[in-house]
Amino acid sequence: MIDLHGYGPRLFEGALVTIELAILSLILAVVLGLLTASAKMSRSWPLHRLGTLYTTIIRGVPDLVLMMLLFFGGQIGINMFTDMLYDRYDIDIFINVNEFVAGVITIGLIFGAYMGETFRGAFLAVDSGQIEAGRAYGMSQWLVFRRIRFPLMMRHALPGLSNNWMVLLKTTALVSVIGLSDMVRVASEASKATREPFTFMIIVAAIYLLIATFSEWGFAHLQKRYNVGFGESH
Amino acid sequence: MEALIANITELLAENTIFNAQTLGYYGEGLVTTVQLVFLSLIIGLVLAIPLAIGRGSKRKWIKMPIFFYTYVFRGTPLLVQLYLIYYGVVFVEGIQDTWLWLILERPFYPALIAFTLNTAAYTTEIFHGAIKATSRGEIEAARAYGMSYSLMMRRIILPSAFRRALPAYGNEVIFMLHASAIASVVTIMDLTGAARFVYARFYAPFEAFLFVAAIYLCLTFAILYLFRYLEKRMLAHLKPASQ
Repeated sequence: MIDLHGYGPRLFEGALVTIELAILSLILAVVLGLLTASAKMSRSWPLHRLGTLYTTIIRGVPDLVLMMLLFFGGQIGINMFTDMLYDRYDIDIFINVNEFVAGVITIGLIFGAYMGETFRGAFLAVDSGQIEAGRAYGMSQWLVFRRIRFPLMMRHALPGLSNNWMVLLKTTALVSVIGLSDMVRVASEASKATREPFTFMIIVAAIYLLIATFSEWGFAHLQKRYNVGFGESH
Repeated sequence: MEALIANITELLAENTIFNAQTLGYYGEGLVTTVQLVFLSLIIGLVLAIPLAIGRGSKRKWIKMPIFFYTYVFRGTPLLVQLYLIYYGVVFVEGIQDTWLWLILERPFYPALIAFTLNTAAYTTEIFHGAIKATSRGEIEAARAYGMSYSLMMRRIILPSAFRRALPAYGNEVIFMLHASAIASVVTIMDLTGAARFVYARFYAPFEAFLFVAAIYLCLTFAILYLFRYLEKRMLAHLKPASQ
């Protein structure tokens, strides 16, 4: 059996941090992605420009740089803001950026841009006749979105979504650099302490592969579900 | 306009962060980043071509190891691969007595190895997909001319596959540029490393990281336009006739 030098439980906790971080950021990214896709498809040009600016800048800068900017700059920015509130309006609040929350916000913000592109393409692929039919039935805008546009869009978005999820999962490893105790950080501390980097890094790599394989299977399942009624192929 | 210039000069006169020394760090960082990305892409490309051909082989003992390699390197974070090589290389038995140690001692080379193996895995899959998408007619035509397998690969399949792979490969190049920021984690003074130094020295996260983000943005756009130009030239025959 592999000797973990007592790092087993901490490694397990780290793996949980990684999974929680990935899932919460995914949720944030999907919400931001839907908003961005709507902004980019809207007729109002300030919204359109804002959406384009967001996706262009985020996708043009390395994840790690954005993460450091938001993580190190975020606290200073918030402090400046609360100082201003105190000076001008005498409101005294103190907001401390929790590392985990900062990680979720950063990764969510980064992948919101990628999701936005995926969703935009998928929304455009929905047959406009379907939406017109929904409107003709007297459905409200929201009902059309919920019952027609979203389910039809998901069929086109799923391959991109699963791709983004795989990249997001691997990006969570970067939070170890800014001080969050995810499994990569635990493993790198353990490798330095025990001088056995191969053992710990290979275990971590295997856990990532396990999560990736498991989610691939899950996405294949979802794909099948959203493809109902569209024939076997595709 | 003049007021704007006056404003900017006033702003720059007060700045203490971007002096000759820190700008020098950023400059050296830019050189390191470009070296690292360029070298790993070139070596990765050279490795990926035979691997992509082997990946599509009918023989299981050729196909399976390559599939395993790409699966592992595409399924795990680059940071973990880098740690594994950077920390792990010291513990390879007897390596410190050989000439290899002189090279591997510096963090640049372990990072280069990790990046190369990573990009080779992605590029292999991109090329494999492009080779698989070769139309049957082209292959049949080559066969009908009596071409051997290697001649057909060289003259028919690979040239057309490279063109088809171009857009995806452009994405991979940008991905690699962004991934190279990870090099700063193992104490390499690349662009991000320079930014981290400036941040630590002046405790000025906005200046340090926004500046470096702007440089990366410019590099990304440069790559984007290069590939758009290449696509326009090499995929010209695939464009609709009316344009």
